[in-house]
Amino acid sequence: MEDMIFYDRLQFAFTITFHYIFPQLTMGLSLIIVFLKWKYLRSNVEKYNNAAKFLMKIFAINFTMGVVTGIPMEFQFGTNWAKFSELTGGIIGQTLAMEGMFSFFLESSFLALFIFGEKLMGQKLHFLTGFLVFLGSWASGWFILATNAWMQHPVGYEILENGKFVLNNFGALFSNPWLLPAFLHNQMASVVTSSFVVAAIGAFYVLRNKQVEYGKLFLKIGVIFGLVSSLLVAFPTGDWNAKNVAKYQPAAFAAMEGIFETENAGAEIVLIGQPNMVDKKLDNKIAVPNILSFLTYQDWHKQIPGMDQFKEEELPDNIPALYYSYHIMVGLGTIFIGVMFLALFFLWRRKLYNLKPLLWLIMFLVPFPYIANITGWYVAELGRQPYLVYGLLKTSDGISPTVSSGNTLFTLLGFVALYMLLGLLFLVLVGKTINEGPKPKTH
Amino acid sequence: MEIFWFIAIAIVLVMFFILDGYDFGAGIIHLFFAKKEKDKEVITKSAGLFWDSNEVWLVAAGGMLFMAFPTFYASVFSGFYLPLIIVLWLIIFRAIGLEFRGQFKYQMWKDIWDKSFGVSSLLLALFFGIALGNIVRGVNLGIVKTGVSAHEPHYFFLPLWDSSFSPLSENPGIIDWFTIIIGLISVVTLAIHGANWIILKTNASINNKLKSVIFKLNILLTLLTIFSIVVWQIVNPNSLDNFMNKPYLLVFPLIYFTGLLGTFFIRRIQKDSHAFLLSSLLILGGITSSLASLFPVLLPSINNVNPSLTIYNTTTSEYGLSVALVWGIIGFILLFGYMIIQKRLLKGKIDKMDYGH
Ligand code: HDD
Ligand code: HEM
Ligand code: HEM
Repeated sequence: MEDMIFYDRLQFAFTITFHYIFPQLTMGLSLIIVFLKWKYLRSNVEKYNNAAKFLMKIFAINFTMGVVTGIPMEFQFGTNWAKFSELTGGIIGQTLAMEGMFSFFLESSFLALFIFGEKLMGQKLHFLTGFLVFLGSWASGWFILATNAWMQHPVGYEILENGKFVLNNFGALFSNPWLLPAFLHNQMASVVTSSFVVAAIGAFYVLRNKQVEYGKLFLKIGVIFGLVSSLLVAFPTGDWNAKNVAKYQPAAFAAMEGIFETENAGAEIVLIGQPNMVDKKLDNKIAVPNILSFLTYQDWHKQIPGMDQFKEEELPDNIPALYYSYHIMVGLGTIFIGVMFLALFFLWRRKLYNLKPLLWLIMFLVPFPYIANITGWYVAELGRQPYLVYGLLKTSDGISPTVSSGNTLFTLLGFVALYMLLGLLFLVLVGKTINEGPKPKTH
Repeated sequence: MEIFWFIAIAIVLVMFFILDGYDFGAGIIHLFFAKKEKDKEVITKSAGLFWDSNEVWLVAAGGMLFMAFPTFYASVFSGFYLPLIIVLWLIIFRAIGLEFRGQFKYQMWKDIWDKSFGVSSLLLALFFGIALGNIVRGVNLGIVKTGVSAHEPHYFFLPLWDSSFSPLSENPGIIDWFTIIIGLISVVTLAIHGANWIILKTNASINNKLKSVIFKLNILLTLLTIFSIVVWQIVNPNSLDNFMNKPYLLVFPLIYFTGLLGTFFIRRIQKDSHAFLLSSLLILGGITSSLASLFPVLLPSINNVNPSLTIYNTTTSEYGLSVALVWGIIGFILLFGYMIIQKRLLKGKIDKMDYGH
């Protein structure tokens, strides 16, 4: 039984982590592409259209990866988490089915038109198809986050005698107080990723002294979008999320902040320290007193419950991973703001394009927004433990009763092998596209 | 309300098999008949432009099943665990074959992805047929051994096969001689459908030859159909009861046979779209007839301890189903709207369209 749960969780964690590498770029990049198309419509400068078309090539490869790794996600609810699906399908089935109806269809119907159909339609129509693809991908994020929000903070439900959850208030699914902050935060985080990717491509071209015209354009767009989204990700959206966790999942909050003991006169904010699960304390701690209470409740002396206030079985089961994930995400967020701020400053002073060290830094930062996004999800998902549906359904009660761990291990290994291949292909193809560059060939 | 959702999901499934069916079929034809680079390229394109929007019908069917019949979704998806995951892998191979083939000009690169597209299309067609075979045959619900259920009555788990390969054993596997026959029917039907699609959308040099291929395949399909109806009586003696009691249901098999007979006239049909319509009728009729013969059962139980899964014992609350009705109708209208816009913008032969680089 124990190892059944372990392999199911590992498989879910592995496949969703891999899947989520792609949608974050899909959502953010579609915004930037629509922006470029819009600039082109307004100014008629060919450069913008070529830049948009170039990003679309990367987008298309990324999108394919997102689709093929996303289909297994949808099915995994039934294959690996059958009991969970049986009990909650009447509720989260709503949001997942709506995602299919209202967003995947929109995206996929217009994507091929957007990518291959420019010659068939006028520029206005082409812009419109691009906009619809963008709308579809953001709507997809909305419905998936509504699903996740319900698992984090269940609303609008009723539990029948046989244990099934049924819906009794449809509107509540979308007015869930968890949803809006999580959605905005997540979307801003995806814009962060795509801005960094665009800026890095720009830095690469400028440093290599090829495609310089486009390199400069990408740098400029990447840095401006990057600074704005990095700021928004931290405040107000990140802050708002943290307040929600403190309010609705206090045990998870204590664990992610690393508060082992309750301080009556106000909680400190931990900057550095390693959770020591044996002695139940943080080793090598550096902390600033009272800040956490202020940030969370705007009151320097408000008491925040520590992990000592909760029963063992109510606490997340992997506290160090939760704590590190949270600190990595927030730490990276702070670094992003700093770097993008510097870059914007030098852009304004017209020095950025010649400032090699900063360009190199921007290029090498590409993996980090991905890491921040993924650790962000780990915060959400590990913090929800030991529950699948917070407070109501334990993770161990949600797995498929008849699927043995041998079978799960087999399919997990299969996914690992297949996804390694996919990852390799993705890198090769994106590398090739970037190498070819946006400049139209002169015949 | 359950009946409404049953019909809605059936429509979505039929749409999936008609739409994605033609690109599965195109893959099968591609595998066996496309020899020239130009033909390979254009067939890949005729599937590649559409597979993504077609596959969403499958995602939608999954989502709607999850919402409307959660117990059925949970039972079937965990019970058919292995074949489902294998189907997912095949879908991945097929999609990257279609999307990545044109990325490099090396012959070896193209060959790999051509095979990936062709073989996985073939296997998927086979697996989908086998899945349908499993549903009409039924499974050992609750995993009953000597009269005692080992699990809750609505869960089961099937191995890929059991050593007897017989649908009549106490614990049949996914693959047995009955489900293989249904699998073959599915492969042949989709091959016909895909060939029609290629003729309709491209100027491939093999188009003329494909008409005689369709004719031959149709003979095969007729034989397989008759054979399957006979053996179905052995596997499930009650399979025709629904049609006896409610004769109006016979309209579904009628649709199937219209498609089957019509396809024999393939060489005389003037408009390519009419031929395509006939193979669509085959798919429509085949799926709806199978569902109609089971209704209201979704998954028959082959033991007499646990009851079959029906649309009534696997559903959720009345309230949930009725709010979903509201957004469902809006969704369907939008959906058909997109489809019409897409098909109109990409109408006619697609040989000249851009695809890949
Ligand atoms: C570029 C990525 C990125 C960056 C820089 C940040 N986050 Fe974040 N964070 C995410 C990417 C992310 C995410 C992947 O988008 C998550 C997971 C679920 C979600 O909605 O957003 C998330 C979740 C998440 C949660 C957990 C909510 C829950 O349990 O569901 C909190 C409390 C924060 N974030 C707070 C912050 C704060 C205070 C940041 C300040 C700098 C911050 N995040 C930066
Ligand atoms: C909104 C969409 C999401 C939903 C509905 C969702 C749902 C789930 C479910 C059902 C599980 C398995 C049960 C469990 O262990 O609790 C799970 C676990 C997990 N998910 Fe998510 N998830 C979502 C998004 C994500 C994303 C985007 C990531 C990371 C990039 C992620 C990371 C994880 C991890 C690491 C686990 C394993 C946690 C553990 O078992 O210890 N999730 N999630
Ligand atoms: C467990 C949760 C998840 C499930 C069941 C799931 C399901 C899917 C499926 C089935 C697809 C393919 C759709 C198609 O055929 O076009 C897909 C793609 C997509 N998903 Fe996920 N997904 C999950 C997590 C997420 C998360 C957390 C996000 C972002 C907030 C997200 C955003 C997207 C987007 C934007 C796409 C569009 C295609 C692309 O990635 O490029 N998904 N997802």
